[in-house]
Amino acid sequence: MTDLETFRTETCAWLEDNCPAEMRTDMSGDNDACWGGRNFKFQSEAQKVWLERCAAKGFTAPSWDKKYGGAGLNRAQEQVLRQEMKRINARPPLSSFGVWMLGPALLKFGSEDQKLEYLPPITRGEIRWCQGYSEPGSGSDLASLQTKAEDKGDHYLVNGQKVWTSYADKADWIFCLVRTDNSGSKHEGISFLLFDMETPGVEAKPIKLISGKSPFCETFLTDVKVPKRNLVNEEGQGWNIAKYLLTHEREMIGETGAARPVSEMAVDLAGLEDGKLADPILRGEIAQAEVDDWAFKMTMGRMLGEAKAGASLGAKSSMLKYYGTELNKRRYELLMDAAGGDGLEWEGERSDDGRLAKSWMRTKGNSIEGGTSEVMLNIVAKRVLDMPGA
Amino acid sequence: MGLLLNEDEVMIRDMAEGFFADKAPVSELRRLRDTKDETGFDRALWTEMAQMGFAGVLIDDDHGGNGMGYMAAGLIAEQIGKNLSATPFLSTAVLAATALSKGGSEAQKSEWLPKIADGSTIMALALDEGGKHNPKKTATTAEKSGNGFKLNGSKAMVADGHVADKLIVVARTSGDVGDPDGLSLFLVDPKADGVSVERTIMADSRNSARVELDNVEVDGDAVLGDIESGDATLDAVLKAGRAALSAELLGAGQEAFDQTLGYLKERKQFGKIIGEFQALQHRAAHMYGEIEVARSAVLAALTALDSGDENADLYVSMTKAKLGKTAKHISVEGIQLHGGVGMTDEYDIGLFSKRIRVAQEMFGDANFQLDKIASAKKF
Repeated sequence: MTDLETFRTETCAWLEDNCPAEMRTDMSGDNDACWGGRNFKFQSEAQKVWLERCAAKGFTAPSWDKKYGGAGLNRAQEQVLRQEMKRINARPPLSSFGVWMLGPALLKFGSEDQKLEYLPPITRGEIRWCQGYSEPGSGSDLASLQTKAEDKGDHYLVNGQKVWTSYADKADWIFCLVRTDNSGSKHEGISFLLFDMETPGVEAKPIKLISGKSPFCETFLTDVKVPKRNLVNEEGQGWNIAKYLLTHEREMIGETGAARPVSEMAVDLAGLEDGKLADPILRGEIAQAEVDDWAFKMTMGRMLGEAKAGASLGAKSSMLKYYGTELNKRRYELLMDAAGGDGLEWEGERSDDGRLAKSWMRTKGNSIEGGTSEVMLNIVAKRVLDMPGA
Repeated sequence: MGLLLNEDEVMIRDMAEGFFADKAPVSELRRLRDTKDETGFDRALWTEMAQMGFAGVLIDDDHGGNGMGYMAAGLIAEQIGKNLSATPFLSTAVLAATALSKGGSEAQKSEWLPKIADGSTIMALALDEGGKHNPKKTATTAEKSGNGFKLNGSKAMVADGHVADKLIVVARTSGDVGDPDGLSLFLVDPKADGVSVERTIMADSRNSARVELDNVEVDGDAVLGDIESGDATLDAVLKAGRAALSAELLGAGQEAFDQTLGYLKERKQFGKIIGEFQALQHRAAHMYGEIEVARSAVLAALTALDSGDENADLYVSMTKAKLGKTAKHISVEGIQLHGGVGMTDEYDIGLFSKRIRVAQEMFGDANFQLDKIASAKKF
């Protein structure tokens, strides 16, 4: 037996023994996710046990080194773990911006002390992180951000406002882009700071969206004192770290897609007449969406395979982000077409409180958050196609 | 599926890339067109392709081929698309080779497959009848007559029909027009009594013909395999043909895109390289995304055909739909982004648009495939 086969057998047995039955059922939505953190209330004992067991095994951040709370798995082993978890329909033990975003940034740019201090609590689900990037005046032009961090000797004094900070009202800590220097180009004066959301002067307020309640917040920062040791890497390195993380994030956003084929969902909504959707034009559009969906999935696989092991896709991830999010918007337009008036109910039990309509409205944000489609096309044109201009 | 080429496949691609760029570039198609070449392709080129193993790519070792398979055939077709190379690769090496390999009797395989592989025999599939591909609407009939059959009907869009040494005619042996079953394949000598072949000059300057069958008498052994196996054989032929056409569309679409992108980077107006304009950058970036996604579809379909995946037919139709739409989109944008010179015969972009128009139509355009996909997925 090869090492990988041995690993699969062992993993399979471990999952069988340790994953509670309740954690092997489909999640009905974000409410079922385990986010961890100081104030998190576990939905069930099973959810808590599943997190604790996975954390002890290093499976909440499987590719991280063991000293940081990971399992030290290589890419092939990580894939085996994913396959085996999928096979038994195991829920993710932890949903975490710490694992998805801050971790990769610290592993690449942080000091050893910072890695040892911040990473293990993330893997145990003890500290929940949020991301402070966008500002009211800095959306697509993120590098124009104005939140100021003044050097006060042993600490920075931070003043400004962040927006679209997901779960800022629930998070324990924030990783935040701030301006430490105004003298050079806008990219050069940005730094990457970490601080506790309980620090005096931090206030988060939820934002209501066109799709209803949302995890997004506005975060106000007034004379927030942040110790100097909480700076990641050096002053002025913030933009490099942010770019690295955004590329990472775009690869993930491109991956989000409906689990079920849009045709199946449309048939549930509209029914069949003589074995076909009654609207022939909608039927064709749905078939086209399924073609694109399939071909896009094949493309994700191909491009990740082409990128050398461990390397990032670079600017190509912008194409995936653009394509995947535009496709998701199309899917929901088609589902709304299929549902007709039934899909327009916004409240009440019949529609599960407007589940379809709210999901439809929410998809409109897909091609805005994490870089708009227009910015993605700019990046593809300049960095992939090498077209001229600023 | 990683969809990455293995070492052998990379070698075939590189070999085909060099071969067609060198021996059959777009200028060669122009020469055939402008000299009104009677054959419509260069026989010496086809012989060389046979020597390279291209003609026998879907024929097994026992019958003179190399059995490299669908991925290899697709990589060759992609280079044919990129160079607009006029060759009987589709008609003979893909369609006829598949028909005989999958449906032929042992005697028919032994007689014809080696001659396809060595380049000495050209064959053409006579299937479509109206303007739109729709096999179940086949009205050409084959009635029992003595020991054999009598064929009557009209065929169109027969690639390489006017130079074929043998026609493979699809005719109805049972059922009515509109029935999906009841079709059989016949090997017909184009010089036989009652067969008339008219070469049709098409938009893409590639070989095509109309074939009239007027009480054409054929022997019983002209049936490819047996009459019952015709439907299954035709399915296999169409799968292979659609996959090869998709790969050709990928090559043509990618090249049309590359030429358009090149033009955007050199043309100056308003004192600027026009590729600096964001409106044009976005159109180019969008096309890039579409062609990358289309490429994955082609690779996935060819992989599925080689591995005998049970969903291969579905994947092939999805791919033909994707490539039909994508290549057409690129050809439309390609002319527009070239501006005035895009309308001149001197520039190649128009030639790509013409070939893409024909190839996306053959064996079912995107709408045909989408209807087929929806039916297969039961919606």
